[in-house]
Amino acid sequence: MATNGTLTSTDYIKHHLDPLQIGEGFWAINLDSLGISILLGIFFIWIFSSVAKKATTGVPGKLQTFIEMVFGFVDTTVKDSFHAKSKLIAPLALTIFVWVVLMNTMKLIPVDFLPVIAGTLGMWFAADKAGGFVAENSTFVERAMDHPWSYIKAAPTTDLNTTVALALGVFILIIYYSVKHKGLGGFIKELTLSPFNHWLLIPFNLVLELVGLIAKPLSLSLRLFGNMYAGELIFILIAMIGLWQLPLHFPWAVFHILIILLQAFIFMMLSIVYLSMASEKHE
Amino acid sequence: MDINLTLIGQSIAFVVFVIFCMKIVWPPLNRVIEERQKVIADGLAASERAGKDLENARATAEEELNAAKKQAAELIDQAKKRAAKLIDEETSRGHAEREKIIASGYSEVEAERVRVREDLRQQVASLAMAGAEKIIERELDAQKHSDIVEKLVAEL
Repeated sequence: MATNGTLTSTDYIKHHLDPLQIGEGFWAINLDSLGISILLGIFFIWIFSSVAKKATTGVPGKLQTFIEMVFGFVDTTVKDSFHAKSKLIAPLALTIFVWVVLMNTMKLIPVDFLPVIAGTLGMWFAADKAGGFVAENSTFVERAMDHPWSYIKAAPTTDLNTTVALALGVFILIIYYSVKHKGLGGFIKELTLSPFNHWLLIPFNLVLELVGLIAKPLSLSLRLFGNMYAGELIFILIAMIGLWQLPLHFPWAVFHILIILLQAFIFMMLSIVYLSMASEKHE
Repeated sequence: MDINLTLIGQSIAFVVFVIFCMKIVWPPLNRVIEERQKVIADGLAASERAGKDLENARATAEEELNAAKKQAAELIDQAKKRAAKLIDEETSRGHAEREKIIASGYSEVEAERVRVREDLRQQVASLAMAGAEKIIERELDAQKHSDIVEKLVAEL
């Protein structure tokens, strides 16, 4: 996509960073991240439940071994960090880990791949919606990229909405577990009377503790989003430099495999740790 | 990059996936893995037990073998002693028997000899008497010379 006359570099980057959206303002929906993440979630549930259904206690097949490996990894991590008893935490951690890994992995699809396909489909099925910004003699790819459907982005985790949604779920659970294990009074006491146990310092404590509390989901979501968004930006920049993108894209993609797994693991690990902290009793 | 309705949608999707994972993914996988762990643990324990049993069986067998060897040696010893004793006994009994038989042979022979000699003496006496009777009949009165004859007989 580096060789076109009508599209500037800025346009190109903007095109790739804008989501495929319908609606306006807050009521807009990012079809790409929502659709792809739901598809990936369904894929995760489907493959894990089908393996779980057919799983044997005898010698497992290769797929079952792989699934059990992931399961065992998450199970060990949860058991190491979360000491209270809960039926929710382990499945939650597994869902976060696998889902985030799958969503991050979408980034390994080259940045122009899905947009061109979606744009082509758009030209076939919804030709009247074409942007109309390209010249008559422009290439096929340019025309495809002109169609609004080509705004599709492969990785849902490069959308802040996805990561905030995940962090929000964890945040609600943090509050739920805090109240459940410490009681409402205990939770409020923790917010108001620590670190300085004096009634005069309640406002000060409240500010400190609330910042600490809010920082948890904020850091969770922004860390994942920032990593993925920045990586995506580098992919887009690499994609812009023409033929030289081939030797560059490969090492960056290989490096990104590490980030994909690492970020998913960090998200899962921190969720477990936060929930474990929430369900700890101080007395 | 602004927060919009997608957030709500993603949250709902997240909750739904977690619930699905909690209901249909985690429990069966957990059950299967725990069952397999139990099977493996049982297997290991069984193999350990079997090894111990084998060790015990070996020890027992060795013990039994040693005992049997000892018993066999004892039996052989006893048999040898018994045999020696039997031989001794039989030998001495044989000797005694021989002595007895020989002794009885001797006495029988002696008795026979005595009897035969007495017989012979009788016959010789009667022969002499007959001869003397014949002679005396012819020459002398028997009554006159009988004292001489009797003297003769006694000298035989």
